[in-house]
Amino acid sequence: MIDNYILAPVFIHLFSAILQLIAWRKTVTQRVISIVGSLMGVILSAQLFSKVYKGGILTMNASNWDSPFGIVFVADLLSTTLVLITSIAALAVSIFSATGISRQRMLYGYFPIFHFLVMGLNGAFLTGDIFNLYVWFEVIIISSFVLMTLGGRKTQLEGAVKYMAMNILASTFFLTGIAILYGITGSLNMADLAIRVKLIENQSLIGITSCFFLIGFGIKSAVFPLYYWLPSSYHTPPSAVAATFGGLLTKVGIYAIIRVFSLIFVPDDFTKNLLMVLAILTIITGSLGALIKINIRRLFSYLIVCHIGFMIGGIAMFTKIALMGTIFYLIHDILVKTNMFLIAGLIRQIRGTMNMASLGGIYAQYPKISLLIAIVLFSLVGIPPLSGFWPKLYLFEASFTNNQYAFAGALIFGSFVTLYTIAKMWSEVFWKDVPESVVVENNFEPMPLFKKTLLVLPIGLLASVTLYVGLNAEVIIILVGKIADQLISTQPYIEAVMGK
Amino acid sequence: MKSPILQTATKYLLPILLLFSFFLLLRGHYYPGGGFVGGLVASIAFVLHSFANGTEATMKILKHKPLSLIPVGLSLSALSMVAPMMFGLPPMTGLWLEEPIPVIGMIGSSLFFDLGVYLVVIGVVLTILFTIALNNEEESK
Repeated sequence: MIDNYILAPVFIHLFSAILQLIAWRKTVTQRVISIVGSLMGVILSAQLFSKVYKGGILTMNASNWDSPFGIVFVADLLSTTLVLITSIAALAVSIFSATGISRQRMLYGYFPIFHFLVMGLNGAFLTGDIFNLYVWFEVIIISSFVLMTLGGRKTQLEGAVKYMAMNILASTFFLTGIAILYGITGSLNMADLAIRVKLIENQSLIGITSCFFLIGFGIKSAVFPLYYWLPSSYHTPPSAVAATFGGLLTKVGIYAIIRVFSLIFVPDDFTKNLLMVLAILTIITGSLGALIKINIRRLFSYLIVCHIGFMIGGIAMFTKIALMGTIFYLIHDILVKTNMFLIAGLIRQIRGTMNMASLGGIYAQYPKISLLIAIVLFSLVGIPPLSGFWPKLYLFEASFTNNQYAFAGALIFGSFVTLYTIAKMWSEVFWKDVPESVVVENNFEPMPLFKKTLLVLPIGLLASVTLYVGLNAEVIIILVGKIADQLISTQPYIEAVMGK
Repeated sequence: MKSPILQTATKYLLPILLLFSFFLLLRGHYYPGGGFVGGLVASIAFVLHSFANGTEATMKILKHKPLSLIPVGLSLSALSMVAPMMFGLPPMTGLWLEEPIPVIGMIGSSLFFDLGVYLVVIGVVLTILFTIALNNEEESK
């Protein structure tokens, strides 16, 4: 079905960014525009989601050129779910940024760039054209370069150089893959590619081309052995920026892997085995890295890597149950990881540091905030019935029915390390007293109530969405079941784009 | 270093280059040209003026900061992208007037998109070059 309004979540962020550019250097106006724009983004994407949930896949032919000749935008359940979750996370980050970002950074255009980034994310989820996906990726990484270097501290620039080098490499691989694929098939429309790729005689050529995409997306989503840029760059920018990066950017890579490897290159045994090995190694190396870190944000960065492995493993098995696990984990992970970095930012405001050795006593001083944070931490670890538990259940079931015992072992190891590191962090940061040698600089206490609310509200918002996902898992399981069906039988997607 | 030859030449070159950039902009729909190239030529005109007369003099004839051209251009492009949605067409569809206008030719929404690109390019190029130039002039003083 054709619907001309599916790009509304993209346009709303474009227009907020433009309005903020008009209000250049007026930081208060920019903050208001940002929060209102993100709120409208949530409403519009919720509308889009309910339309797609009730009415099936929607498409839009940009410039009124029929597919496969023009660029087509497709809103299926996976895209719209991710657009909705992204918009919620963006709203939380935008509220947090209102006080969590220094005025100096706002003067140099933090908010417009943030909205361009969210626009790129929404566009990447909604596009149905592989080259257009590349363009959205460029929008995302160029905005993220600016966000990462804004402020110009030495450590930031150091992190940004690593980040930029790896991401440009990833884009090059991705672009090369697209060029080869276009050379073989003569099309860029993903639905059209899905038809044409099956008709190519030389399937080993297609297999090699798929490796280009795997490397490109693998770097972006931080898969072993290409993940090392992530822990060495994500701890440098301000926490609100790190929350956007940690929660959303690596997940676009995962989305792209899911989309490309379910629609265009349906995984054969070789690809499945390759993905499985990568998944297991990603989990193990990520969790080993997390074990030794004492800076909270570095710890979280390694946990991101570790949990990326969970999702890749689900894609590697490629059964309905496994994909349900992956998508459920994706939803849970975006919400929780964004929140974790916001929490790291709040801890920094309260104690002026993120080093676990010199933190402590937050539970005694702020019991209510600590309990709120505990919900998030419990969800991350996967205590039943919170949101981290359900996807793991599905992943376990899938790994036993597919005889992937190594992956089940890695899952247990990864979950155990997550539990251990989070327990260690909880006792170091919240329970332990502040070490006597440390002078505490509490920036949070002297703030007026309004500013405090702006810092705690987004954490509460994301925590309540996480709670909803966990406690209302029945609804989410029906949703991810439908998404997994759409991913396995791609005929409805192809028919929606190409016409019957 | 101010050369009277260059200054006199720029006095005549500035309007000609601006006219040429506008010609490139209008020509761009079917032939080589368009908003991006047109914008570059227009900004070269101002850069030439700043070489001859100093950056501050160029800022004076521009009246506004080049930075303010960026949001204007972006909103022009974005609005021309969304405008077809009012008529029930998908975004970015070209809307055209029935009759061509003399000299300019056919006018459509894609012309406004190109005009937006033109303004953004001028804004970006001049902002970057003027920032560098002003920094250099301060250092050399």
